Amino acid sequence: MATVRIIITLKPGILDAAGQAVRQGLHALGYEQAGEVRVGRYVEITVPDGLPPEGIHQMCERFLANPLIEQWRFEGLDASSMAASRPRARRPRPEGRPSGRNTDQRGLH
Amino acid sequence: MRAGVVIFPGSNCDRDCVHVLRGVLGQDVAEVWHGETALEGLDAVILPGGFAYGDYLRAGAVAATSPIMPAVRAFAQAGGPVLGICNGFQVLLEAGLLPGAMLRNHVQKFQCRPVHIRVESTRTPFTRALREGQVLRLPIAHGEGNYYAPPALLATIQDSEQVVFRYCAPDGRVVPEANPNGSLNNIAGVCSPGGNVLGLMPHPERASEAILGSEDGRLIFESLIAFVESRRPVPVG
Repeated sequence: MATVRIIITLKPGILDAAGQAVRQGLHALGYEQAGEVRVGRYVEITVPDGLPPEGIHQMCERFLANPLIEQWRFEGLDASSMAASRPRARRPRPEGRPSGRNTDQRGLH
Repeated sequence: MRAGVVIFPGSNCDRDCVHVLRGVLGQDVAEVWHGETALEGLDAVILPGGFAYGDYLRAGAVAATSPIMPAVRAFAQAGGPVLGICNGFQVLLEAGLLPGAMLRNHVQKFQCRPVHIRVESTRTPFTRALREGQVLRLPIAHGEGNYYAPPALLATIQDSEQVVFRYCAPDGRVVPEANPNGSLNNIAGVCSPGGNVLGLMPHPERASEAILGSEDGRLIFESLIAFVESRRPVPVG
């Protein structure tokens, strides 16, 4: 089994109200050097060895992330580190997602 | 009308919806647990507010995978009226039955207060008895109601009259000061291309009796009831 570590964040340019609040807190504690803060989610999933990265991308695209507003990257499928952040060819839309979701593939998908 | 109110673990406005439909408006109501897989004999489906699955992952995301959702999708695709209120709206977005996504409120606060919304479209079962430009006073209660759609999708939604409600001033002017959460273009509610699926952040079920300070929400339910009754075949003889 392999443990995949997935990081999901809001896309650049999307308002991150939680990040802004955290930045305020850091400043309140005196960490004035804290610049922009982006808050995301971290997900660990164990999967069978040999699972292709596409399988993780599908989990992210259909459920773990919302492709309209979020991007993701992951590591742990093989020896490479955080190498999954790459532009991909557009896939057919998964069941249950509106077509508009996959039109914007900028970022780290 | 026989309406189904879907109850997810963490729904907390389901009883309010049932109360208004059954107790105030005298309708037949089925309470549908999310673990069920069929929606039979229903004229309309309502996804109520709350915090389904604790808003884990994202608001509405886990609920969108509930066993009942394929039936809700089939009901919607067959033209059945589906109303998502607040968290129910978020579930419909995550299920792909409505366009767009929700971000956290831009003000970094949970917003719990009455707001005004303007009716932008009367082509849905829920607004056909209203008039365009009509102003409703309804309460909101949400932390993630900041409606977002990428520019191309937003243009599509607006061009195809899928914006049903916008936050407005009491006199109906759509101004930034009336926007409680940062929603793009003050959007408070959107519908599907066919108009039969509607999601809105304000709570009509909390404003359907005079004792609660506003009866404007009842107009949305009455509109739905009139729509359903109008579709019934006329008895012969």
